[in-house]
Amino acid sequence: MGILDHHKKIETHATLLLVLSFLVVTIGGIVQIVPLFYLDNTIEKVEGMRPYSPLEIKGREIYLREGCYVCHSQMIRPMRDEVERYGHYSLAAESMYDHPFQWGSKRTGPDLARLGGRYSDDWHVQHMMDPRAVVPESIMPSYGFMMDRVLTRTDAEHVRDIMRVYRTLGHPYTDEMMENAITDFFAQVDEFGDPVADRYPGAQQRNFDGQPQLTEMDAIIAYMQMLGTLVDFETFVPVANR
Amino acid sequence: MADNSDNKVRPASRQYPDPGVKLRQDPPTTGHSWDGIEEYDNPMPRWWVWIFILTVIWALGYWVAYPAWPGIQSSTAGMLGYSSRANVATDISEFEARNEQFFVQLVETDLDSIRDNDELHRFAVNAGASVFRAQCSQCHGTGGAGVQASGFPNLLDDDWLWGGTMEDIVTTVTWGIRNLDYADARYSAMPAFGQDGLLESEEIDQVVNFVLSLSGADHDSALAAGGAELFDINCASCHGVGGEGDYFIGAPALNNQVWLYGGTPEAIRESIYYSRFGVMPGFETRLREAEIRAVAAYVHQLGGGQ
Repeated sequence: MGILDHHKKIETHATLLLVLSFLVVTIGGIVQIVPLFYLDNTIEKVEGMRPYSPLEIKGREIYLREGCYVCHSQMIRPMRDEVERYGHYSLAAESMYDHPFQWGSKRTGPDLARLGGRYSDDWHVQHMMDPRAVVPESIMPSYGFMMDRVLTRTDAEHVRDIMRVYRTLGHPYTDEMMENAITDFFAQVDEFGDPVADRYPGAQQRNFDGQPQLTEMDAIIAYMQMLGTLVDFETFVPVANR
Repeated sequence: MADNSDNKVRPASRQYPDPGVKLRQDPPTTGHSWDGIEEYDNPMPRWWVWIFILTVIWALGYWVAYPAWPGIQSSTAGMLGYSSRANVATDISEFEARNEQFFVQLVETDLDSIRDNDELHRFAVNAGASVFRAQCSQCHGTGGAGVQASGFPNLLDDDWLWGGTMEDIVTTVTWGIRNLDYADARYSAMPAFGQDGLLESEEIDQVVNFVLSLSGADHDSALAAGGAELFDINCASCHGVGGEGDYFIGAPALNNQVWLYGGTPEAIRESIYYSRFGVMPGFETRLREAEIRAVAAYVHQLGGGQ
């Protein structure tokens, strides 16, 4: 019982117990967390990922505010039924600019990881106004009020602040992107405006909700139409041992 | 220990576990003592200890069998060669292999001859039905009836916008309509006659009534008479002189009871004033060619195939 007697020594010295507990937790942390930062298959490089455009950030903020993640996941698991229904399984890199990520843990509604381009803008507007008008069996609440919430310069400035924070977290927003943040915010709903895609490749630029003014509906649809469309899967070669 | 039964609500005999038993056994204590309170040193339950030992052994086996420990470049692969990505790829290719002969046949068979081959047609309709439920039902309805008066076409009738032959349906599904994802998407745009100032408000009323008259709906004949000429000048080039429509540019027929955006005078007025611009996504990158052909075969047999 020799070694167990030493245990008594640890239990009766609070500082020693603290130091040794910390040591054990540190080892556990190093083994579990550190490899994620260097193993090839966890930091897979993909073509096409870019930071979100200002309007997409606003849409994402609305997505968070309304708690969409409570019912919708953004994570297609590598299983046949999910790949057949939703498309290519999600990659870690696709969440690299999400703080926090939107994988979700429960699907009351369908997964949204590859929602982009699946429906027309008009469908999204009608569906947000009254989900049961287009999908009779849906139990989603209506979000029609977004049509009336006009976005102003204050919202644009707030988004620019968010971009500034993201930049400190390492999102590659260039000086040019920061300077044009407010212009881009408004330009993305104007087909004939300054092309946002110059700075954010693949960004879709059009009047999303069909109304002349910029509303929250525009922002959320801009965000949804981008989801899962950024990675170029023609250039993607999956790391096998995963 | 003192008898503390007068603190209890229940008599000692009705408590579980019966504290009397513990006291009678006089188990060893750990020797710790805090203000006279001592700690029993009972052994762990045997079943618990065994499960604990089994989980440790299980973990050792798991480390060997499955990917577990991180290395320099990658983690240990495990004896079973488990990989979620490889598994899903195998899984999918296995099902594809089973359907391979039909997929190949679907792609090779002339579109209009698919329905002549009973077995192939049955496969196409069933496969197409499942593709339809996953990809198309959100807009066109689970049963294909669309959404009335909302711009999502009913696929059960024989009124088509861009044509209802197998080839037309395949083209529509492959590239979609008026989307920006594919250069080959079907495209046309109706002018917004009111918004862009091409027609005066009264003129639009006349055209609305003329359009209503084409399908024999209730209308004001005096206004309709005035609308006839306006229709000829502004609308007939796409919708046809008698409102029969044109598949080539997706101009809807106006001489029947089928209305994509509603057949009320108000709805028709809105269509003329602001125009409509229905968008359908393309499925060229989402579905295999055989799947597109299958879903076309399914839609074609829903009722209105040409």
